[in-house]
Parts: sequence; C-alpha cells; structure tokens
Amino acid sequence: MRRPADAGRDARGRATQGAVAETNTELRLAGGAPPAETVAQFDVRCTRLLDSDGTARAALPDFARDADQLTSMYEEMLALRLFDAKAVALQRTGRLGTYPSCLGQEATAVGIGRAMARADVLLPTYRETGTMLARGVGMAEILLYWAGDERGSNYASAAAKEDFPICVPIATHAPHAVGVAYAFKLRREPRVAVCVLGDGGTSKGDFYEALNGAGVWQLPVVFVVTNNQWAISVPRSAQTHARTLAQKAIAAGIPGEQVDGNDVLAVRAVMERALHRARDGGGPHVIEALTYRLGDHTTADDATRYRDAADLERARRLDPLARLEQYLVREHGWSDERDAAARDACSARIDKAVAAFLAFPAQPPTAMFDHLFEELPAALTEQRDSLKHE
Amino acid sequence: MSEITLVEAITQALAHELAADERVLLLGEDVGVNGGVFRATAGLQQRFGPKRVVDTPLAETLIAGMSIGLAAQGLRPVAEIQFMGFIYPAIDQLLNHAARLRNRTRGRMTCPLVLRSPSGGGIHAPEHHSESTESLFAHIPGLRVVVPSSPARAYGLLLAAIRNPDPVVFLEPTRLYRLAKEAVPDTGEALPLDVCFVLREGKDVTLVTWGATTRETLAAADALADEGIDAEVVDVATLAPLDMTTILESVGKTGRCVIAHEAARNVGVGAEIAARIADRGLLTLLAPIKRVTGYDTIMPLAKLEQAYLPTPERIAAAARETLEAA
Repeated sequence: MRRPADAGRDARGRATQGAVAETNTELRLAGGAPPAETVAQFDVRCTRLLDSDGTARAALPDFARDADQLTSMYEEMLALRLFDAKAVALQRTGRLGTYPSCLGQEATAVGIGRAMARADVLLPTYRETGTMLARGVGMAEILLYWAGDERGSNYASAAAKEDFPICVPIATHAPHAVGVAYAFKLRREPRVAVCVLGDGGTSKGDFYEALNGAGVWQLPVVFVVTNNQWAISVPRSAQTHARTLAQKAIAAGIPGEQVDGNDVLAVRAVMERALHRARDGGGPHVIEALTYRLGDHTTADDATRYRDAADLERARRLDPLARLEQYLVREHGWSDERDAAARDACSARIDKAVAAFLAFPAQPPTAMFDHLFEELPAALTEQRDSLKHE
Repeated sequence: MSEITLVEAITQALAHELAADERVLLLGEDVGVNGGVFRATAGLQQRFGPKRVVDTPLAETLIAGMSIGLAAQGLRPVAEIQFMGFIYPAIDQLLNHAARLRNRTRGRMTCPLVLRSPSGGGIHAPEHHSESTESLFAHIPGLRVVVPSSPARAYGLLLAAIRNPDPVVFLEPTRLYRLAKEAVPDTGEALPLDVCFVLREGKDVTLVTWGATTRETLAAADALADEGIDAEVVDVATLAPLDMTTILESVGKTGRCVIAHEAARNVGVGAEIAARIADRGLLTLLAPIKRVTGYDTIMPLAKLEQAYLPTPERIAAAARETLEAA
C-alpha cells in the first residue's frame, strides 16, 4: 500500500513513533531527501548531591533536611560496616563459611533500603547485606546463612516475608523480578520489585532478557546495578565497552541513569523517584550506582593479586561513611562523642546477634528432606529414613 | 461424548484450570494470539484475555525465570517452551531456583509452576526439535517430571501438575499430539503424580515405558500375544519421583523386564529403573533386564529418525530374549 511521503512524520519532519521503518522506505524513494537521519538519541545522567568532602552541591531533598533522618541513615551505614567487619572476623575464626564483604558499598545498600516501601519486594545478590538489614532481615539470620544453614533465609521479619533469598548465580534473579512485578501489575497492587545486581551481572543475557520483558509489559520493577567496579578480578573496563552500564536500559526502552553510589542521599533520592514512578504505572527503571568494592570479592579471594594499591587508595578517599559524617559534623553538630556512642550502640547490637547466631541449635541431618516438596513423596521416604538410622 | 486428541486434552485441561482458578496464567512464545505452534493454547487468549494468556518475548530464560517470580507471588504460571530443543536455557532457572526455592527458604517461599514442552521425535521436524532429554530434568532434586501418553492421562496429569504446590516439568510427546483420540470428559479430576499406570496386564514379561514409546510398546505386546507371550505394560508417566512399587510388583510377578524409551540409553531414566530393580528385585528376576532405547548418538535428522526410535520389533525381540534366558 502506498502512503504519502510525509506519513509517520510530525510537523518538523521528524519520524514519529511506530512509523519509522516505513518512513525510511519512503525516504529512499523520495528524491532529494537525506539518505539517513537520526531516528533515536539518548543521554544518561548521573546524580550526586553530596561531594566527596561532604559538601552539598545541590538543593537537598526533603528527607535530607531532617537531622534525625540523616543521623539514622549514618548510623545504619555504620552498623552495616561494623557488622560486615564482624562477619569477616567470624569467617577468619572458622565460625562462618565464605563471606562476601560489602565494605565501601554502604551508601548504595542503605539508600535502596530507605527508599523502598515495606510492601515492595527485594531480590538481592549476595552483597546486599545492608539492604536486607534495612528490610528487617536479622543479623543472626544473615550469619546463619553464611555459616551454611538454610534457616538463615527463612526471614522472620514481616517486611521481608516475600523478599527473595540472595541470588548466588549472577543475574539469574533478574527474570524473577519481572515475574514478581507482573504479579503486582496483574493484581493492581501499588508495589515495586527491586532487583539488585552487580556490574558483572549486566554482561549476562538474563539481565537483558529481564529488562526487555519489563519494558514490553511496562512493569513496576527497578533494577539497581551496584557497579562496584570489579567482578571478582575483572574490572569494569573489561566487562563491557559501553560507556555506562545504565545505558543498557535504553536498548530495552527503559530509562537508565547513574547515581553516585557513595552518596546515600543521592541514592535514596534517585531510588525514591524511580520507585514512585514505577508505583504510579510509569514502568521500569535501571539505576547504576557507582561505588567501589573496598574489600576482596569474598573471604576466599585476595584482591592484591589483581588490583593496584593506588586504585584502592583513590577509592578509599571516596568513603561513603566519611562523606555523610563530614556533612553531619558541618551542618548538624555531629561530634566524636556522638560517633563513639553510635559505634558502641551498633557493637552491642551486633554482639547480641552474634551470640544468638552461635547459640542456634543445628538442624538434624534429615532436615535436608523437610522442604524438598510440600509433602515428601513416598519414593523418598526410604532415603530419609536410611539417613535417620545412620 | 466427542473424542479428542492429546493436544486437545492439554487445551481442555488448561482451559479448565484457567476457569477454575484465577491464579492460573499461561505464558510463552506464540501461545496467545496464535494459540501455540502446536495449537495447545488455541482460543484461550480470546477466552481468558491477554493478561492471563501472555505472549512473551522470544526469551526462554525470561519465560522460566519470570514464572518463578509469578509462582513465588502465589500465582500458578503454566509456561510453554516451544520445543524441547529450546528448553536448555531454562535448566539454569529450574535447577538453581525453581527446584530449590522452597528448600532454601525452609518453606517460606514456594514455586508452584509448570513448564510444558513438546518432546521427542518422529514428526519429521527440523534439527533440535526431536530430542528426548527427560533424564536431564529427572536428575534434578525438587522437580517433578511428567510425561503423558494418552489424551485422558494428559488431561488428568496436567490438572495435577498445575495444582501441585511444587515445580513440574511436563513433557508432551509431539508424536502423540494428534495420533489417537479418546473421550476425555472435562470433569476436572486429576490423576496422581507419583503412580505408574499399568496399561496392559500380563504374566510373562514386564515392559516398562513412557511417553510416545508406549505406542510401540503396546504394539510389541500385541505381537507377543500372537506368539502366546503375555506381556504387562507399565507406563511410568511420572519419571520423578519414580514409583518403583508398581514396577517392582510387576517384575516380581513376571520375573522379566524390558525397559523401552526413546531417549539415548546412557544415563537415561531406564538405567535408574534397572538399577533399582537390581537393588530391590534381583532375586525375582529370571533373566537379565533388557533396554530398548534411542542410540547413544546425536538424534538424526528426519530422514533417519525412524531408524533411531525404538520399534515394536526391537521391543518384542528384547522380550523374547528375556524369555529365552529362562
């Protein structure tokens, strides 16, 4: 069917959506028209509210004008840092198995956790300890999991009841988030699925398939790429030639943006915007949080084998805790005394959790059969019973 | 009552559950507007709407993975993988997530999904469309694997799979999709997911099989009957968990066993069945267990596929061997 040469174009001659391909066909036929034109363009912005020295570089959002909010966010990051160090120490003394430290990523974790609504669902990887704590997962539960006990993923917290357990394979949980968000949309619930993954995860097809599906159905899901610059030993520069990871969203028709992941105020603000938009029916979002893994990949890794000391030193100067602390000192009278008191309170809380974790009685060996199916098939009872009698 | 084919029985079961349970939804490639490349979901999107009968992007990891998210949220997703040759990206999702979600959260979360896929050869399909790789799935703890072999069993087993609170891989033999018809009343009655079906009783030899090979096995039993050999035919139907009670009872009665399946022999489900008979029923055996299977070769393309698939002749010959042994 012939169409007039200007079909599918707006008044200024730009191609309008849905008619691009056909218009291009017409373009080739029309004498004098340019042989090619730009049909899509994009840009990726990066948000930072606090500079690395703790100076506000822009007007802060409402929540950041409340001193109590700010100090509690700082204390939450502090608790995470101390808990993380304790977990590493427990691994070194044989109480935990392999543990992945989240040192340096506290602002991203806490910013996400603070922005999420209770009814939202978190789908974390193994380095989201801080966001899990924000969701109400217990410190003792997290330790129990890393000690090798499945009960650590049976969260008691009501807010975390529907949260997924941590995803160990890379980015395989991204499609789960699409399913969770599809359920929310189907039931018309004002909830958002929040899927957190790492920079390495953006190289997986799972990530792209999930983004693509989320875009097709315009689902309430936010993917947060915690770009800590390292996938074990492979630096971000060797992971992809793309300028940003956020721009991977564009190919799926989803907005993608960066945020300074060491600026807890920016992470929370950007995250709140994306969540609000998704909750309002505005569709999915990708946020790339730029941070740095200050520790080893896990306690089984030694980053000095592949990472420059100078690189690490540069990253240390961007410490997310120091940044907010400096702002608090300057603007809200935070002091060494208050800092010491906060540390003591965190340590007491952590010690209590460690004691509860260490006192947890072991599961009997037959527990491996307990939740294999809702009801153990008769074909398996014999195996369970043989274990019982060994 | 009009008679329906196996694929129509699948459609009937899906429609029944979509109507009966609002948590049920279907998803997959071409399952909506097109009604599925084998027509298994024909008319269902028109009847139940595009939100519950969902055409997905062409992405098997997404299909399997989002089904896990849906199931964890309390829905009952029934996902279609268009051909078994395309199911392998989904294995990551099944093995690492679907099969273990309940276990790794100690029951906090569950994963009641069904992953349906056409399976097996014999329909002159293109490359990658004809393999039978059910043992890959039967090997995964926490998964159920079901293979129907008649319209009535397809209907009853699919109802059971959808209602089951745990993940089920449901493999539909393409060769049987339109091969035979039978009356399948839409009663909503499910069949058990852990019991073999004895398709024919006999006292001389037990023929254990499933899926499309039940056709050749029943034909072999007919041929053997003409020779005065009374074969019992057991349709395993649920490959995981395996109902050894029925199989051992039958072998205890006949003392002879032939296992026939279309999949390659090496580490096939037949090997597991043979090992368990050896473990529990060795002293009841009068002859060595025989297996008639696909060869341990790449499934040939259409021109040679008939030479690959077990035939009634091969199955009957194996049965005769067991009778000659004792």
